Amino acid sequence: MGKVTFKKELCKGCGLCVDACPKKILAVSKTESNNKGYFIAECLDAEKCIGCAFCATMCPDCVITVEK
Amino acid sequence: MSIVFEKTSFLTDTSMHYCPGCTHGIAHRLVAEALEELGVKGHVVGVAPVGCAVFAYNYFNCDMQQAAHGRAPAVATGIKLTDPDNIVFAYQGDGDLASIGIAEIIHAATRGTNITVIFINNAIYGMTGGQMAPTTLIGQKATTCVYGRNAETNGNPIKVCELLATLTGPSYIERVSLGDVKSVKQAKKAVLKAFQNQIDGKGFSFVEMLSSCPTNWHMTPTQATSFVSNEMQNMFPLGVFKEVE
Amino acid sequence: MAEKKLMKGNEAIAEAAVRAGCRFYAGYPITPQNEIPEYMSWRLAEVGGHFVQSESEVAAINMVFGSAGAGGRAMTSSSSPGISLKQEGISYICGAEIPCVIINMVRSGPGLGGIQPAQCDYFQATKGGGHGDYRMLVYAPSSVQECVDLMYTSFDKAEKYRLPVMILGDGMLGQIMEAVSLPPMRDLNTIPKKKWATTGEGFGDTRRIINSLYIVPDELEAMNIKLQNIYDSMAVNETLVEEYLVDDADIILTAYGTVGRIAKSAVDILREQGVKAGLIRPITVYPFPTASFQKAASGKAKEFLAIELSMGQYIEDVKLSVEGKKPVRFFGRSGGNIMSPEDIVAFVTKENK
Repeated sequence: MGKVTFKKELCKGCGLCVDACPKKILAVSKTESNNKGYFIAECLDAEKCIGCAFCATMCPDCVITVEK
Repeated sequence: MSIVFEKTSFLTDTSMHYCPGCTHGIAHRLVAEALEELGVKGHVVGVAPVGCAVFAYNYFNCDMQQAAHGRAPAVATGIKLTDPDNIVFAYQGDGDLASIGIAEIIHAATRGTNITVIFINNAIYGMTGGQMAPTTLIGQKATTCVYGRNAETNGNPIKVCELLATLTGPSYIERVSLGDVKSVKQAKKAVLKAFQNQIDGKGFSFVEMLSSCPTNWHMTPTQATSFVSNEMQNMFPLGVFKEVE
Repeated sequence: MAEKKLMKGNEAIAEAAVRAGCRFYAGYPITPQNEIPEYMSWRLAEVGGHFVQSESEVAAINMVFGSAGAGGRAMTSSSSPGISLKQEGISYICGAEIPCVIINMVRSGPGLGGIQPAQCDYFQATKGGGHGDYRMLVYAPSSVQECVDLMYTSFDKAEKYRLPVMILGDGMLGQIMEAVSLPPMRDLNTIPKKKWATTGEGFGDTRRIINSLYIVPDELEAMNIKLQNIYDSMAVNETLVEEYLVDDADIILTAYGTVGRIAKSAVDILREQGVKAGLIRPITVYPFPTASFQKAASGKAKEFLAIELSMGQYIEDVKLSVEGKKPVRFFGRSGGNIMSPEDIVAFVTKENK
């Protein structure tokens, strides 16, 4: 009932969103990277997202848009 | 479903140059969100420091001035007195504010000039590569105290909120942290309160934000934020140090 | 006839600034210019302006940076040691192209020096005391009336070229009292609005940025070339000089500021004694009136005498302009001592034996 979308080109793969997510459904990809060469964050299990926006709260680069 | 969280229009589209995991980015977002929510678009001037945030004029979506190292409170004073109807803020790091600019911040505070100062305390000089700052913790390593800061030769960390709270001029002083979600939410409230004070003409408002520096602390972003929530918060207790009704 | 008033130099220049539209002043106490902040502290309030006694001269120049960058007519004043403290701020102001006015009532130096008049800040004022290639439009008034007149147009000049204007006075100018006629109070609505100023209205692509940081070398070089072009056009349009009895002069006395006035009296005395003396008195010391010297150097004059209250700074620009065509001698006093017209006459007549 929540949904996150990532602005890939703004992500720096810092992982702060990964730690902040209470549902532990985010991860920094090991394969997908953006134009700057950063491995970017992604959501592994969209159904479990509760739209709490903890990830976006800890994101320093305004990568994540959250819907609920 | 509707959007519950999105990038504020008070930040430009320019991607920030800060290192991965540096919480300067969060601080920028909180200031921008507060300005947007308080509806002051078209009446805001910000002042960028010298340090990692020197490029802040590329990120805040309002008129900006870039001040000489340590002088942002003086520049902000000049801007505010030229058009008191504007909301004026200075955004500074610990080298900028607590070292070279300590006189400027103390006197802007004691004059009670109706500006808002956002003070990012990451206990290190980031832009110049990790030197000791006035707020570097005892025992913390930096490129100018490689064995860890010791009081005898390097002096002791400065607690700016407590220092400014002894002055009559300030109307609001709070120290917050960017180390975890709960703290970031509290930080947002503090920023809103500080700007509201300015809007209400209550005089000088000040928010110190404990912030991370993964690169120069030689930590991962996650280690760095927990260092903020633990070691930094032990040295620099959070809370409201001054509040005038 | 405008009202004539007996005023002290410092107060007259402060009043002229207010009449020119200055509405923000930041300053710090230092002899011999104290009357300027003192006067501004109550006068600006009368016209809806703002005065700040800052915590230091460093803070003062940076307050002016902010105020002028936000579109205000802002100024500061100090005396030698205080002007040294402002140099970084002045460099930033030039790098960010901010118009403002800075007054230096020079006192004897170096170090804490003395509080008596001097001209030992010439290099600092005209060659740039701070870091980087920058210049200021530098006026050197020689009377209280000239202080008022030059102050009255300084903001317009600063805004025309978007740079700081320095009024290079000295302790004597600041402290003497003379009858002056004061210009009318300027209607602020006649002052053109500044599109580049951070008035707070900017958002998105209408944002204004006041900044001197150029991290890309080509951009900074382009900026420096732009500034140089401004200085060159200033040289063409803003150079001011007084020439007195130069055409048939055998010896040309040259001095600026109050010493220029003393030298003029010396010219009169020398003429009475049958010595054909003349005077070149720069009113702008930057841009320097090179043409006057080149004309005189290729004319009848046999020699030049540079006179200043320093150990020899201004003389260098005289020599640069004369380019070796004729000898340039030096007569200077220092430490706060001031030569009299008779001292100059004695120096000249002794020289000629």
